[in-house]
Amino acid sequence: MSGFMEVVISLLIIIGAIFTLLGSLSLLKLPDFFMRLHGPTKASTLGTGAILVASALYFSLTKGEISVHEILITVFLFITAPVSAYMLAKAALHLKLKQQAQTQGQTLSQQEGEG
Amino acid sequence: MFKKLIPHPILSVMLIIIWLLLNNDFSVGQMVLGAILGVVIPIITTGFWPDQVDAQKPWLWVKFFGVVIYDIIAANILVARWILGRSQTLRPAFMELTIELTSPLAISILASTISLTPGTVSCSLSADKRRLLIHSLHVENISIALVQMHERYQKPLLEMIK
Repeated sequence: MSGFMEVVISLLIIIGAIFTLLGSLSLLKLPDFFMRLHGPTKASTLGTGAILVASALYFSLTKGEISVHEILITVFLFITAPVSAYMLAKAALHLKLKQQAQTQGQTLSQQEGEG
Repeated sequence: MFKKLIPHPILSVMLIIIWLLLNNDFSVGQMVLGAILGVVIPIITTGFWPDQVDAQKPWLWVKFFGVVIYDIIAANILVARWILGRSQTLRPAFMELTIELTSPLAISILASTISLTPGTVSCSLSADKRRLLIHSLHVENISIALVQMHERYQKPLLEMIK
């Protein structure tokens, strides 16, 4: 494996780690439940994606045979993450969890919680 | 005859691809095994697939996929900036997107795409499947955001799945 590819793979892993960290950080930092929901659905998809690309590259180059089952992990992740976010949001609407005061369109969420 | 043997061609092709990816092995033996699974599984599970998926215009699918991948990367960088910034300055919002799609598959693709892209999570679909409630982490102008979502995701989906 050439030095150049080593740098590319290392960068991908570091980018992935940073985005995953940010995703977790948002759980700590953002003020209400609906806002915290954004962290795990997004910041983590790119984070995991970058790490998986790095993994595919590394194993393809070191073993000499193409490694692509990482694509499948990405696909499953992209299918399941929105579904779990939807379930959590729906439950939160029914329980009428507290929202930030500056949230726009709060009446919409109240109607939905009653329906 | 062909319709009886392969009731869901797209599902069969997907199963073969997933089988090959799972095994990480593209030898002829695995392809034959994948093809057998691709034929048998749809026949066994045919009761779970009442509607035939009518996907149209393959190049539109490729374009849609590219747009979504680009948006996911852009959204991640944007959301990362919002998370690091002062959370008091964020303007979160609930908004309602009018759904023009009718196929359940198209609606779930739309809702998933919205969840994966720019600072939005789809929260609730109304019982009549006409309105989708979306929560956004930060939005300046709700009507512009809704028009953008319609233009970017709903319009191509209307043509992709009939």
